[in-house]
Amino acid sequence: MTTATPTLPAGAQATGKTSTTAGRVRKRLNTRIATLISIVIAVLWTIPTFGLLVSSVRPEDQIKSTGWWTFFSDPQFTLDNYQEVLFGGSSSSGQLAGYFINSLAITIPSVLFPLAFASLAAYALAWINFKGRDWMYIAIFALQIVPLQMALVPLLKFFSTGVSLGGITIMPAWDLVDEQKFAQVWFAHTCFALPFAVFLLHNFISQLPKDLMEAARVDGATHPKIFRTIVLPLITPAIAAFGIFQFLWVWNDLLVALIFAGGSNETAPLTVRLAEMAGTRGNEWQRLTAGAFVSMVVPLIVFLSLQRYFVRGLLAGSVKG
Amino acid sequence: MEFDFAEEQPKLLMLMYGLIAFVAVVGGLLVLLDAVPSWFARRREAQLVAASASGAPLPRRPKQREGMFAFFFLLPAVLLLLIGLVVPAIRTTLLSFMDGGSQNWVGLRNYTWMFSEDSIVRVLINTLVWVLLVPLVATAFGLLYAVMVDKARFESVAKSLIFMPMAISFVGAAIIWKFVYAYRGDGQEQIGLLNQIVASFGGEPKQWLLDSPLNTLLLIVIMVWIQAGFAMVVLSAAIKAIPADIVEAARLDGVTPWQMFWQITMPSIRPALIVVVVTLSIATLKVFDIVRTATNGNYDTSVIANEMYNQAFRYGQNGQGSALAVFLFVLVIPLVIYQIRNLRQQREG
Repeated sequence: MTTATPTLPAGAQATGKTSTTAGRVRKRLNTRIATLISIVIAVLWTIPTFGLLVSSVRPEDQIKSTGWWTFFSDPQFTLDNYQEVLFGGSSSSGQLAGYFINSLAITIPSVLFPLAFASLAAYALAWINFKGRDWMYIAIFALQIVPLQMALVPLLKFFSTGVSLGGITIMPAWDLVDEQKFAQVWFAHTCFALPFAVFLLHNFISQLPKDLMEAARVDGATHPKIFRTIVLPLITPAIAAFGIFQFLWVWNDLLVALIFAGGSNETAPLTVRLAEMAGTRGNEWQRLTAGAFVSMVVPLIVFLSLQRYFVRGLLAGSVKG
Repeated sequence: MEFDFAEEQPKLLMLMYGLIAFVAVVGGLLVLLDAVPSWFARRREAQLVAASASGAPLPRRPKQREGMFAFFFLLPAVLLLLIGLVVPAIRTTLLSFMDGGSQNWVGLRNYTWMFSEDSIVRVLINTLVWVLLVPLVATAFGLLYAVMVDKARFESVAKSLIFMPMAISFVGAAIIWKFVYAYRGDGQEQIGLLNQIVASFGGEPKQWLLDSPLNTLLLIVIMVWIQAGFAMVVLSAAIKAIPADIVEAARLDGVTPWQMFWQITMPSIRPALIVVVVTLSIATLKVFDIVRTATNGNYDTSVIANEMYNQAFRYGQNGQGSALAVFLFVLVIPLVIYQIRNLRQQREG
């Protein structure tokens, strides 16, 4: 990121040195205030999550009758909420363990497919010479602006009725049942992720040294070989960045899952189930708090352990569509 | 129904099929691209040998190889983009001029409906409020925090705290904040933090999410809470990229922190600031999960994306849903064009 060099207006110079006592006091005061403000913001940002976490380990009757802050004067600890929300028998209890597996089954392929297809495409756009390359890149780049809302209705129709042109069936309906619906979700997530993925990976791949590529070409390496042996190892950070980005996106997504996975316990991910519980059982806080935390655990672990890559990805491209 | 692992097996099997398909498609493509050219190479070699043996002119080296590679490298991505994004977007645009069952053309009726129906106008106004407030407030908090913790002790821990909500789903965030806004009848002990604070100052506890327009603002708080971390990280990186000698020179000139902020920091991070505001505006325009989880769009809190879902997938009004989607698209276009131009300028500048 380039930065403009700002010029100091003359007035600033005239302020003079701050070596006076008053100046030093003021400076210290400034850092004090800065520390104070940042602590206040940090507390404001952490308290809601903290309250949820504390509540999730309190007994049901306690959660429902007293605030979570009373936990510290009257600590009562239990893991029953988690036990119930994950493995509970009644249909109202959450049964999140099954949904957890759904989330995993949705997320893993939804990360792998766009990653592979986008890196292939990004490589072609950066290092293979062909006619209309720039136009192709601009077209894919521009697709980032299409909100996925624009695709939902026709794509669902595409899955449920197939494609026919003038009475001839080009593609039959997918007719997926139960857990087969995962395939729809993978497909949708892959399509929606591609423009951003191609953009992000192209940024990295196009910056690889030209000499390296030419040397490999001279040695007689074909494009697939260069892609596999030279490019892939070099763009691991970019792959990690996009992988984490896409993982968080898919795991946390509600809209795509709601439409393409449906609400049944065979396919719906955690987010869909939680949103449903928040709607129908909005006062069952013992389940909601534990359930919300169950859904947060995996992304938080991924996020905190790989934050470096994630930040790099964020800084590389901020136009996710 | 107890949790039964056997019931989960079909899902894991499906996941495995997915992974096998992945290996087959991607691996197959690479192997194919490896094998086919080498087959061509062998054939050409044979041709060359035959040609030199018979004394005929050498066949010309085929030129379309590069094109073939490009075609296969791009094929999966382009095919998926066409099926999953381009064609559906065109169809949605067409559907927006048709009736609910997508049978008859109705011209602009869905659009006039959008701007004349009171409840939908309300939705549009809500979206406007979201788009005006979220980017501004989230960026302000992010910037303030980034400046305050810059070069402070525990900087990375402090930043992680603010950044963490980005890992939480909008659904999770909505539940977290619904708990903050929770209400217990008067006389009972409050379990929601906000009502507890209000009560401890002698105020009347409220059902926060029921009162319009306050409830929309409270939902906006959730979005700000999530997005401030994004603003903070990008802006913090921009602040760190300010050349040290400029900061040092200013310090030697004895500028106050206040002057430093307005005269050095702000002009230097302007490009990053614009990127953040525009990115947040785009994300805010499409906000759906928060509204759906927290209020389901009731009590006058609905926004465009939520209404679009309701119209198309709950009421079966494909035409009206599509019109809302198209409107959303139209709103996003200028923002993205501005964003791209901005990025371009940065690259060149």
